[in-house]
This record gives sequence, structure tokens and C-alpha cells, in this order.
Amino acid sequence: MSVGIVMLVHNAFDRAEEVVRHWHGAGCPVVIHVDRSVKKATYSNFVTALKDLKNVRFCKRHRCEWGTWGITAATQSASEMLLADFKDVRHAYLASGSCLPLRPVQELIDYLVKRPRTDFIESATIADVPWTVGGLDHERFTLRFPFSWKRQRMLFDRYVNLQRRFGYRRKIPDGIVPHMGSQWWCLTRQTLSAILSDPDRAIYDRYFRKVWIPDESYFQTLVRLYSQNIESRSLTLSKFDFQGKPHIFYDDHLQLLRRSDCFVARKVWPRADRLYQAFLTDAETAMRRTEPNPGKIDRIFAKAVDRRTRGRPGLIMQSRFPHDGHENGVTAAPYSVFEGFSDLFVDFEEWLTKSTGCRVHGHLFGSEGVEFEGRQSSYAGAISSNIAMRDHNATQFLINLMWNTRGERQCFQFGPRDSQYISWDIAKDPNAQISVISGAWAVPLFLSNRNFSDLRADAALQQKIESEHLNALRSSYAKARIRIWSMADFIENPMEPLQTIVDEISIKGLRRLSEAPKMIDLTGFGQFLQNLKNQGMHPYLMGDFQVEGAPTNAKPNPRKPYLVK
Amino acid sequence: MHGAGISRGITIASRQLSRAVLAYRMRWKRRRLLYRSWRKRRQLSLVIDRTDRIHPNAILSFTTLRNEIARLPYFLEHYRALGVEHFIVVDNDSDDGSAEFLAHQPDVSVWHTSHSYRLSRFGVDWLTSLQMTYAHDHWTLTVDVDELLIYPDWDTRKLPDLTAWLDARHQPMLGTMMLDMYPKGAVGSAKYTPGTDPTRVLNWFDAYGYWVQRQPRMDSLWLQGGVRLRCFFQSEPERAPTLNKVPLVKWNKRYAYVSSAHSMLPPRLNHIYDENGQEKVTGVLLHTKFLDQIVAKSSVEKQRQEHFSNSSLYDAYYDALADNPILWDESSVAYQNWEQLVDLGLMSKGEWA
Repeated sequence: MSVGIVMLVHNAFDRAEEVVRHWHGAGCPVVIHVDRSVKKATYSNFVTALKDLKNVRFCKRHRCEWGTWGITAATQSASEMLLADFKDVRHAYLASGSCLPLRPVQELIDYLVKRPRTDFIESATIADVPWTVGGLDHERFTLRFPFSWKRQRMLFDRYVNLQRRFGYRRKIPDGIVPHMGSQWWCLTRQTLSAILSDPDRAIYDRYFRKVWIPDESYFQTLVRLYSQNIESRSLTLSKFDFQGKPHIFYDDHLQLLRRSDCFVARKVWPRADRLYQAFLTDAETAMRRTEPNPGKIDRIFAKAVDRRTRGRPGLIMQSRFPHDGHENGVTAAPYSVFEGFSDLFVDFEEWLTKSTGCRVHGHLFGSEGVEFEGRQSSYAGAISSNIAMRDHNATQFLINLMWNTRGERQCFQFGPRDSQYISWDIAKDPNAQISVISGAWAVPLFLSNRNFSDLRADAALQQKIESEHLNALRSSYAKARIRIWSMADFIENPMEPLQTIVDEISIKGLRRLSEAPKMIDLTGFGQFLQNLKNQGMHPYLMGDFQVEGAPTNAKPNPRKPYLVK
Repeated sequence: MHGAGISRGITIASRQLSRAVLAYRMRWKRRRLLYRSWRKRRQLSLVIDRTDRIHPNAILSFTTLRNEIARLPYFLEHYRALGVEHFIVVDNDSDDGSAEFLAHQPDVSVWHTSHSYRLSRFGVDWLTSLQMTYAHDHWTLTVDVDELLIYPDWDTRKLPDLTAWLDARHQPMLGTMMLDMYPKGAVGSAKYTPGTDPTRVLNWFDAYGYWVQRQPRMDSLWLQGGVRLRCFFQSEPERAPTLNKVPLVKWNKRYAYVSSAHSMLPPRLNHIYDENGQEKVTGVLLHTKFLDQIVAKSSVEKQRQEHFSNSSLYDAYYDALADNPILWDESSVAYQNWEQLVDLGLMSKGEWA
């Protein structure tokens, strides 16, 4: 019996009994501490149930409340009893009623026999640990905590604030350096008895009595005074979530726990029948004798914590409805917005599909309709091309589309003729790649066959809308990848910018564009702009266009009068 | 700069004041609802009372129903397996044997009424009055017979496991989304055998196309979309049925649902969502409304005008349903399991790893 168990129990007594029998059956003496707040009848039933076991003891009961001294006092009493009553015990293992041994106890005993002088206790200086929840790290040791965090939260918080305001600091007893770590340890008789029979124990106890959560720091600190060989890790697998609450293991964690190779896990859900059945039988001879490897479990639980702290970007649902600015990414995946390209090039969408392999839509936010790729009536799982549905909530239309098509890059056309709800949304979205040929909206007007006064009004309106949109793109809030060319600059050398954009988004890998999109014949466009100017409108977003063969209002040079003298 | 400080102070103060006023109005609204429900208790007559069998920590279920004999056997089976210990049912004048069936179940207490479902706020008043008496301090489910609750890991973890976890995190409710299930062919053609799992017949759903808004007055979400929006309400999306529900609540006798189980008071119970980009654990109510019998039922319901507050506006909806429509579409997704729903973003594990 080289390993003795110190067990703290406060509920689920039938499960605790099973585990006690399991430890005891493998030859480990068990000293049990039962929380004093447990009813007398329940306690005596528990004691009676375990009466038949020779090496089980019950120690003096303390009231255990999370974060207070009681748990440490309980551990002390139980440890003292274990060391006094069972002289052969070399290692004391601290466990709780909801701890479950995952590997045969004999393997734990063998493991510890090979390391007779090693103390397994997680113990780190407070400066180096990120665990603390609630903003109290070193203050755990320098303030006083007479109130319960659970029952007297207001008094707790007020008293902390009061001490902070007056700069109160407790003196840490000489000779100790505060350390913290998991509550669950395994210490050698030498170390544990040295801690418990320290001549200064009264001083330390008085100090730790008013430290917050002493069960995570009392032994972790004092062990540094006596241990010859500290292995700073816990043999008990326990995981904590974002709020600092222990993760609970359920039946569906069976395979995971099997593969963890840890000796003991906590906290196991009392109703997890399969877990108790699987691990408390003796038939586990198949388990490999390997070094504990909690890495896998770490990854699974890290994922859960990640979901908690970050959530899935671009998802809006009943679990997740972020405030403006708290989205961690407004949309789920990168996408591209093209402004002016389809006005300037014939069949631009087809060309872009061919050159990049992306999903290319028309004007998704068009005022006459939602132009999905191939002009389908619905897209990507029931996103309807109905305008009413889109405008019901345009931002979410965009977010939904990107969420639904994760894995396939979406491209769409945008311009001043479209509904502008999303103007700021795309500008602020780091997932957006926005390329603008400013002023290209004038090309369809130039090609149209409408009365010039209408054209003029339309041009003025579109210019105003586009200029507002460009303000959004140029503002300091804009986080998208934005490129803006004036139309005049762009047509000087269209291939270079096109190559850059395509390189960024192509799923076909880098290669030279073999085929340029066909540009609309712009002969006479300069004149068209000039006509707008002549009508008093000032088109400026497209840059400067030469007026080919300036119109001449001047009369042709009159012939010299032929004078007959 | 003093002026700026003062005016900012005034803005903050007035915002706090208006928040306090709103909270006060919501408190009175809740009291009004409770009083109204308390008066409606007289409309209920007891059929069979087995509530003395309710244990202190039992999870209870509250339901109003009318002519649900086909769905009832599986409804009870599903929730019993999840760990619901007692069912409290208001039978709104069924004539298909539902009441007799329920009276024979050992874990069901039944009340009867023949009053108007609509005037009782779609049964909520009746249930609230019963909840005042029986649900205090119990985890309480308020579900219709065509709603089957599932949540992450529901196949291995029972409801008491979930409620214990929620208790430890001081979260007194579980939010859900109603997911409309439908068959591949015409709605009336998929034959359902009572007692079997209805999602075997109704095994398709809309994975995408849901819209969420926040309703600041009650701090609740307004989730719409899915197949009913796609098929019946495209031209008036704002009229599409609400899909968010808060069906599982650690009840207090001073709580009250406002509109069905979609929202409730006090408003903090509607806060099923996270606002900082994280995810809270939520479930899904598999909605088995579109079983074969709905085709026949729709014309009856259109006549009774008991299901919407402006029933005549929904005539077209009933007509469409009575026409035995095909709800299935190329974009529909076949239902597999809860993992699929988590991946699609229709529910979330949150921190319940």
C-alpha cells in the first residue's frame, strides 16, 4: 500500500462509494472528508455503506465552500489522518468524489514506485500564469477575503474595492513565495509531513485563511520550501472553461478519456453511467502503459473555449448575435466586389468566371432584381432572388450568402444604381476585396438612347451616390482591401490591374491572363462627358477624357469676299 | 469643455432613465399578463391530477393541444427519454381520443377547456396559470406536440445533465430555433405511422435562409425564414412566422410568456444569444407541423380562425397548405443528426463541450 488516497466528497455519494471501493480494492487506503454542510442522515448512510472496508477512514468535517479556507482545512485533516493511520503510505493522492481513475490503479502505484521522491503538484509563480478569472491574481495574496464570493458577492466586491482604494496590502509571511496551481496533487510522505508539521504552520495557516481560493495556493506555495523534486504538473486531468468552471466529462467523452492515458480525470458527471462502467471494471488490461498524454483532450477543450471566446465568424443565429464592432469578422469568408467593371467590359462576368474559377454574380443588390450567377431564382440554399426578401435585411443577406457558401469565393458587381444599404458594411469588412473603376457608371448612360435632360439628371445622381460610397471606402473605418482607379487611368493600361486582382483571387493558381475582356468602344465618350459639362453638370469621377476632334461652333472661315473693283 | 461634459452626463442620465422607464413598463406588463392568466384559470376544468407524483427536482412539460392523437405517442416517448418526469396538458376540446389517451398515461395530468385558444393568447394564459401553481423552481418545458427538442449531444446527455450545467452557470433558460421539417414529395403523400419518429418521414429542412433581428424592447431576437418564408411569405417577409423560442426555463411563478414561447418576461430570459461574437449553447425544436394530416386540418383551421391574431390575413397560407403543396426544393438538405445542425450553424454547443 504505497499510495494512499485523500478524498473530498460533498455530493453524489453513490458514485463516491463506487470509486472508494475501486481504490480500496486495488490496495489503497482511503481517508474521506465529507463536507459539513451535508445532512447528518446522508453522512451516516455513507459511512454505513463503506463500513465493510478495512482501510477506509472518515476525518473531521469542515464546511467547504468554494474559494474559502474550508477545503484546505479539510485536506489538512484528511492528510494528517492518512499519514498517521497508514504508516506504509509513501505517496498521498488528493482526489475528489467526482474523480474517476482512468487506468488500473496498479499502474499508478507502479508509476509512483519508480519515482519515490517526486512530488507531482502544479506550482507556478503568480506572475507566470494566465489562469486567473475575475481580475484577481496577485491580489489574492495581498488583500483580505473574509466574504464568500458565492453568497455575499456584493460585500466581496465592495470590500475588495475598499482595500484597493486605501492601498491596503497584506504582508506575506517571511520565507514564502506565493505559487499557484491545480488543487489536485500527489505528494510524498516526506514533503506532506514536513508541510503539516512545520513549526511555523500556525503563521502560514493564519495567513492563508484570508487568501482567496487557498486550495490552489496553500500546498502549491509551501511545497517549494520542502520538496526535493517537484514535477510541476497534476496527475489528475482537469480542464477549466472560460469562466474558470471545471469542464464536466459525459458519456460521449469515453473514447477521448481512453486515449488521454491520464491516471485520473475530474470532473465526471455522476450520471455518466458508461464512463463509470468502463473505467471501474478490472477488464482494462488492454490499456497501454504509457506516459500520460492529455494533449488530445486539451485540443478538444481548447476548441470549446475558442468557440466561447471567439465564436464562428460570419455566423448569425440564436446563439450568436454580435453587437456592431464585436463580430470577430463580419462575414465568414473572403469575397470580391467589382464596381464599374461590368459597365466598361462586355460580358465581364463570363470572363471573370473563366479566368478565376470563382462564383461570379451580377448586381446582387441591383434595384431591379438580385442577379445571382446564371440568374437563378435562388442560390446557395434558399437564398431567394426576391428583392423584398433581400431588402428585408440587406446586411444579413450578404452575411448569409457568405456563410452559406463557405469554401467557394464569391464575386459580385456593385455600383451606384444598386441599393446602397451595404456600402459601409463592405467597406468595414476585412474579408472584402473591393475594386472600383470610378465613373464607369457613365458608360451605360453614354450608350443609352434617352433624352439628354434625363441622362443629365441620372448622371448627377449616380455621381453623388458613388462619391458617397467612395467616402466610405476612403474613411478611416474601412478595413477592406480596396483599390480605386479613375476610369481614365484604368483604360490607359487595363491589363495590369486586372492581373493583380485575378492573381489574388484565382483558384487556378498564378498564370498570365491569356485573354483580355472586351472593352466597350468608347469613341465619342469624351464628347459625351463634354456635353454633360456643357449642360452644367460636372462629371469628375471618371478622370480626364480627351475630347476627340473638338466640336467647332466657330463658323468655317469665311471666304475672303471677292471684291470686284 | 465643461459644457460638453455636462451634456454628455445628461445624455447618459436620460438614457438610463429611459431604460428604467422601459424596465418599469415591462414589469407592469408582466403583472398584467399574470393577472390575466390567473383569471383564465377558471376556464380550465380538471380531468386527472397526478401532480402529487412530481419530485422536487423534476423537469416538467407544459402543453396545450387539440386533436393530436397521431403525434402524442412519440411526443411522450421522446421527452420521457430525455428525462421529463411529468407532463401537464391542457386539452382544448379534442374529439379524436387525445384526452382519453392522455388520461391513461401514468405521468400526465390533464385539464380540459372548450374556450377560445386565440383569446387565451394561443393557450399561453392557460399554461401560465398552471405554471404559477406547479412549475415554481422546476426546469420547465413549454412545447407544442409538434415540437421535438434536441440540443448538442442530446443522444448521450439527458435534459437533467443540461439543466445542471446551466444551473452551474446561472443561466436560467435554453434558447432554440424552430426548424420546419418536411417530406420530399407532396406534404399529404408521406404517410406517417403514429408512434414512430416523425423525422423519418419529415426528413428534409432548409439549411439556410434565416434572418435574425433584435427586438430591443424585450431584449429578444426575432428569427424568421426557412421553408415557410420560402414557400408562403416571399412577398411579405415580415409576416413570416417567428422561429425563435425559449422553451426550457428554470421557472419562477412570477414569470410569463408574452407571445407563445417566443418571448417572455422578465426580459433577461430572452437573452439567449451572445453579443460579443461568442456562441451560447442553444438547441433546435424539430417542428413536425407538415405531417400528412395538415392538408385536411388546414381547411378546418381556416374556418376556426384560432391560430393567428389577424387570422383572415393568413387565408392564403391555409389555402396553399390545403392544396397539398410540395415544400421540397433543390436546396433542401436531408436531416442526419445534431452534429450536422451544429456545423450548419443552426444550433451551437457553446461552452458545453
